[in-house]
Amino acid sequence: MTLAGFPDAAPLAGLAGGVLIGLAAAIMLLGAGRIAGVSGIAARAAGLGGSGMERSSAWAFVIGLPLGALVIMAMLGGIEASFASPLVLAIAGLIVGVGTKLGSGCTSGHGVCGMSRFSSRSIVATATFMATGFATVAAMNALGLKVLQ
Amino acid sequence: MNARSIVALLSGVVFGAGLALGGMTDPARVRGFLDLFGDWDPTLAFVMGGAVLVMVLVWRLQPRLAHPLFAEAFAIPTRKDLDARLIGGAALFGVGWGIAGLCPGPGIAALVIEPVGAAVFVIAMLAGMGLVRLTERNP
Repeated sequence: MTLAGFPDAAPLAGLAGGVLIGLAAAIMLLGAGRIAGVSGIAARAAGLGGSGMERSSAWAFVIGLPLGALVIMAMLGGIEASFASPLVLAIAGLIVGVGTKLGSGCTSGHGVCGMSRFSSRSIVATATFMATGFATVAAMNALGLKVLQ
Repeated sequence: MNARSIVALLSGVVFGAGLALGGMTDPARVRGFLDLFGDWDPTLAFVMGGAVLVMVLVWRLQPRLAHPLFAEAFAIPTRKDLDARLIGGAALFGVGWGIAGLCPGPGIAALVIEPVGAAVFVIAMLAGMGLVRLTERNP
C-alpha cells in the first residue's frame, strides 16, 4: 500500500513494525515488570547504570535486537540501509549517548512506553527530541550537509 | 538462563524485528521522517502510532495483574517533575538522532545489517553514556 502524496512511505510495514515494537514492550512489562527502554537497558548491559533490571536480562534483550532484525532480513531477503560515514556516526553516537543518559531515555522508553501511559516527563521528552530532530535535519539541509552514503 | 532473561530475549527479538520491519534500521527512512520541512516521509509516524496504540491497551491491563508473570513486582518510573536535565538531555538526543538517523534500538539492531557503521555508533553511544556517568561520579 502507498500513501497519497508520499510515494516513498511504507505505512503498512511501518504499522506492522510498530505493533511488533508495542508487543515487545508488552512482553517486557507483563513478563518481567520492566520498561523496554533501549538506552537504559543498553547502559545496564554495559555496566553504565541505566535500567535496574538484572544484567543477564539486559544482555538477553540487547542480543535479541539484532536477532530480530536477522529474522526480518531472512524473511524479506535483505534490508535497505544507508549509513553515514564512521566519523559522523561516532559524533552522532556520542551525542545520543550523552543525551539519552541525561534525559533518562530515548524513542522506546519515552516515546513508546512513557507516552502510552501519559507520563508528563515522557511526553515532554518526546516532544523535545522530535523538535530538535526536525530542527537538526532542517539545519543540515539548509547548510547542504548530506551525511548518508 | 532464568525466566526473566528468556522474557527479555523474546522481547528483544520481537523489538528488533519490529524496528527492521518498520524501516527504523534504515537511517534514510528515519531522516526522511525528521525532514519535516523537506521531502517528508511519514512512515515513522505509523511505527510510533502502532507501538503506542498497543501499549495504551497494555497499560490498561497492567494494573489488573498483581505482579508480572515472572517477577515479584512491577518496576515503573514514578517521577513526574520536569527538570532541565530531562529537557536538555532529550534536546541533545534529538540532535544526535537527526545527524545520523539512528537512535539506540535501531543502532543495536542494525549490527547485523551494517556491522561496522552500527558498531561505531553503538560504541560511541556507550562512550557518551560513560562520560555522563564519569562526570557525575567526580563532580
